[in-house]
Amino acid sequence: MLDYAWIIPALPAVSFFVIMFFGKRAPKHGAEIGIAAVGASFLLSCVAVVEWINRVEDATGGESHGLVALGKSIFAAGGAEHGVAPVVHTLTWWTSGGTEFGVGTTVDGLTVMMMFVVTLISLLVQIYSTAYMHDDRRYTWFFACLSLFTASMLTLVVSENLLQLLVGWELVGLCSFMLIGHWWEDRANSRAAIKAFLTTRVGDIGLMIGVIIMFFAAGTFSIVGINEYALGGEAQHSLLMFGALCLFIGIIGKSGQFPLHTWLPDAMAGPTPVSALIHAATMVVAGVYLGARVYPVLYEGFNIHDGGANFMAIIGGVTILIGALLAFVQRDIKRVLAYSTISQLGYMVMALGVGAWTAAVFHLFTHAFFKALLFLGAGSVSHSGSHHSFDMKSDMGGLRKHMPVTFATFMIGSLALAGIFPLAGFWSKDEILATAGESGFDAFVVVGLIGAVLTAAYMTRCVYLTFFGEYRGHGHPHESPRAITVPLIILSVFSVLAGFANAVPLGIHKFTEWFEPTFAFPHLVHAEFDYSLAIISVAIALVGIGIAASLWFRKEELGPFAGLTKRNALAGRGYTFLENKYYLDFLYENVIVDGIRGGVARAYYWFDQNVIDAVVKGVGRGAARAGRFAYDALDQRVVDGSINAIAAGTGEAGGAVRTVQSGRVQRYALLLFASVGVMALAVFLANVD
Amino acid sequence: MDLNAFLILAAVLFCIGIYGVLARRNGVLVLMSVELMLNAVNINLIAFSAYVQDVSGQVFALFVITIAAAEVGVGLAIVMLIYRNLRSPDLDKIDQLKG
Repeated sequence: MLDYAWIIPALPAVSFFVIMFFGKRAPKHGAEIGIAAVGASFLLSCVAVVEWINRVEDATGGESHGLVALGKSIFAAGGAEHGVAPVVHTLTWWTSGGTEFGVGTTVDGLTVMMMFVVTLISLLVQIYSTAYMHDDRRYTWFFACLSLFTASMLTLVVSENLLQLLVGWELVGLCSFMLIGHWWEDRANSRAAIKAFLTTRVGDIGLMIGVIIMFFAAGTFSIVGINEYALGGEAQHSLLMFGALCLFIGIIGKSGQFPLHTWLPDAMAGPTPVSALIHAATMVVAGVYLGARVYPVLYEGFNIHDGGANFMAIIGGVTILIGALLAFVQRDIKRVLAYSTISQLGYMVMALGVGAWTAAVFHLFTHAFFKALLFLGAGSVSHSGSHHSFDMKSDMGGLRKHMPVTFATFMIGSLALAGIFPLAGFWSKDEILATAGESGFDAFVVVGLIGAVLTAAYMTRCVYLTFFGEYRGHGHPHESPRAITVPLIILSVFSVLAGFANAVPLGIHKFTEWFEPTFAFPHLVHAEFDYSLAIISVAIALVGIGIAASLWFRKEELGPFAGLTKRNALAGRGYTFLENKYYLDFLYENVIVDGIRGGVARAYYWFDQNVIDAVVKGVGRGAARAGRFAYDALDQRVVDGSINAIAAGTGEAGGAVRTVQSGRVQRYALLLFASVGVMALAVFLANVD
Repeated sequence: MDLNAFLILAAVLFCIGIYGVLARRNGVLVLMSVELMLNAVNINLIAFSAYVQDVSGQVFALFVITIAAAEVGVGLAIVMLIYRNLRSPDLDKIDQLKG
């Protein structure tokens, strides 16, 4: 399967077209086609994971701990002697000026891990959607889009070069746009879709420039080639730095990092399964995936090995805090989760920034499960508990009695997110913090711990408002159907168990061993398990839960802090500041967009009307005059005249010859014999003497 | 042996054949005239063969007879189809090839 990895994205791509053309006539309106295709992809991905693990085990002879130590000598020797090389297959797509542009697959540990996550969550989300989107107007189209999204995401994941990755990257952006705006009849939804598309475009421009820089620096688009170039030691550092910076701008846009995170909460306008699949588990981590893919470029470009602060870690750290703080002031449960996603993506980017590659990818892996679980749980609540509303304060509350399965799974997801031992989030978050501490990034450990408190607290608030207290809605809440609860249960199992793939104190390093690249890769730091840090982080999360619980559980609203924002001017101002999302949207929409629409646009309009239009009109008039002359003199007389003459001549000649073609066989025979006779006479006369 | 007698006979037969092909309106008679022309050629071939003491002329004549048999088979089939479609063997009525 490692050699035929192209099949895995091809299946959902085919299913997209089949659903588009035949979905409406299918008995389940296309859902079964999508589920079958992504199910097959999932099975093939599992095969790929197993084959990759065998490949690693064969290469290392079961010797796992020595693997890490090999790191340093790999790139010095060009990566030939050690490390498990990725399986690369390339076809030439087109050639231009001696440069070949390929399309192919690169399969290594990171790829198979992502394929597993993407196909598993796509499968569960599609099953979930059969119930959630049951009576939707564009049900078939929805499933077609989900298939296309899965295909695009898998293309991005397996791509052999950055150009192909860019194609997948834009395709997932397009699918995100279409799915956020799925209910486009509502103006707010289509606006959110456009906002998401345009904001990520800002980052995409950076990515495109980064890809071009890396192409001219390394002379290839190939990911392996670029990584070897970055580690080769001959690369110009400034070039790598600009390349890394531009690639990182792409990551900021796609993975919702500060300051381009504003599109992600608005993207919650899409259907909830879309939020779970695209805006929590897969598409938004495409940025992190890109960072992990071309990590040598970022590693060298940002001087990560030197320790101290770097741009990437700072952006990640800032994103953790602003995302977590904003999650406190939301009434909409999906927006709480969206800001939480931003904050968790901040953890991943920060981890990449502090050199904790494995921890970042591991957090990506675990986060995909518990965040998808939380989103699908929120969807279950709105589907069966609150009449399609997501407002926690006015339509939810007390749902734990009515929806036991949703409640239990949501609790597991929340505890995993808060990083409580021994759930998945604990292991991955702890590994990030331990590695950051080991590499000397102490400030970022503190940021991570603050983030952990905030995460635990806002999730407590969210769980309380949704499941505890009195029911404030107006419907008859009941448990969701099985198509919704079964995916929740499967995801909650993964949320509990996924962390044990890399449970360091238990002596399990499977995730590191299997999925960490050892070919053309910088030497990574692996921290020992830090018990004190682990205890602190769990304790701090419990403190967060405790504070939040004492605030919300003891009294109905905020306890001693009730009305604080009204009594205390500073607190009030802080709340307003958060309510307005740090005024970033205001900055983008009112200052930048309106500024461009107002002053700049008006000045440009004047310029357009008076200068450019004058030039254009002058040129146009001149061209029109020249054209008329050419029409009268050249076209009508010379060209048309000669062509008409030829046509008339041909016609007359044809008319003359036509009489010969009488259609009578005997007339033809007469002509034949007569001409033979004439020729015989000529021969006779020529030979007469 | 007088070669000229054979050549004159052949020339007369050939001219009768040409006349028949050009002047007759009945398709069957046109085919018969074609046969006359072919056989005139055969007489020529055999006469020359005997005259120069070479057997290849006779071989040619055998070929021509074979081809003539095939030709008349196809030709009669065409005439029959014309008759079926037009209810007449008159060749003057067949002018669909008129340009």
